[in-house]
Amino acid sequence: MERQQCIEVIYPELEDKLVVTIMGACAQELYDLGHRDNFFYLQHAMGLASSIGLGLATHLPDERVIVLDGDGSVLMNLGTLTTLARYRPKNLIHIIFDNGSLLSTGGFDSQTTAGITDLAAIARGAGVEHVAVATTALQFGEAVLEAFERDDLSVIVAKVLAVGPDNYGMDLHLPENAFRFKRYIREKGSL
Amino acid sequence: MPVSYENSKAVFEGIKAAGIRSISALPETWLGLLLQRAEDDPEVDLIQVAKEEEAIGIATGAYFAGEPHLLLMQNHGFLAAINGVVSLAQLYGIPLCMLIALRGHWGEPYPWHTRGGIVTEEVLRALSIPFEYARDPGRVATQISEAYTFSQSSLSPVALLLTRDLMED
Repeated sequence: MERQQCIEVIYPELEDKLVVTIMGACAQELYDLGHRDNFFYLQHAMGLASSIGLGLATHLPDERVIVLDGDGSVLMNLGTLTTLARYRPKNLIHIIFDNGSLLSTGGFDSQTTAGITDLAAIARGAGVEHVAVATTALQFGEAVLEAFERDDLSVIVAKVLAVGPDNYGMDLHLPENAFRFKRYIREKGSL
Repeated sequence: MPVSYENSKAVFEGIKAAGIRSISALPETWLGLLLQRAEDDPEVDLIQVAKEEEAIGIATGAYFAGEPHLLLMQNHGFLAAINGVVSLAQLYGIPLCMLIALRGHWGEPYPWHTRGGIVTEEVLRALSIPFEYARDPGRVATQISEAYTFSQSSLSPVALLLTRDLMED
């Protein structure tokens, strides 16, 4: 399964959700499907996408927040799983694309390569009750559907191939992304 | 020296007077009484992180959500959070109002705090983070309010350093 397939599967559902992605391939693949002002691309600060998601979900209980994370990023901030478990925002879905690779920085193996480290087990051990693992697009779609129906914190670990887009580039400055994302939330809140 | 009960109260009341009801923090000795108040106050949302860099992400989410937010940490925690400060807050123009316990400074009896204390101000200067010292309980509420205002207008991290004069009796 490729990450891009997974993002395509959920893309229609993201129209009215607050989405935070990590850097590199994941951000590019979402952007290439069509940027929306409710998408925030964290192009650096690896590990903090889920922390941004927690800050959003805690303060916007009526919004649905989706974090698109990666194994390399999560490994840089494993404590985030314990903080998510402790505060358990019901409106947060944390999707971790596990390609066992630091793909965007040269394709070096990460600690999850060949199943050495099990991120789903780490999430469960951190205290997250609803953790799913998907190895096919069908399983991924089902896991996301269940997470949307569930009114509780969900972590989905999607095992994907270490492949990314051929070309990188966005017509969007980083502060512009932040300004528009914030404005989207403010305008939606005032409707 | 014991942590000052009265001055911890003054800092907490200053946070509330500034209109802030959302706090992320990592507990440390000088912040203990403050955090106890935050935990006991039903009006205040407190998120305790496992490592301070998480709080930079949480503060970003709170800012996007339009919720006034304050970060409480020790200076060593600030040192541990620098990549988040630089590559999230400064890169995207996210305001951070940080109250930082300045351990390892004048009068510090514990050797383990000293290296971090000695470099804290120089690191703040190197990162172009504006900072002030909070020493006087009568002024601290104003300083918190001003730090918050400045972080919002400059879309930048701002630090108020909580000193021994203020935090210990």
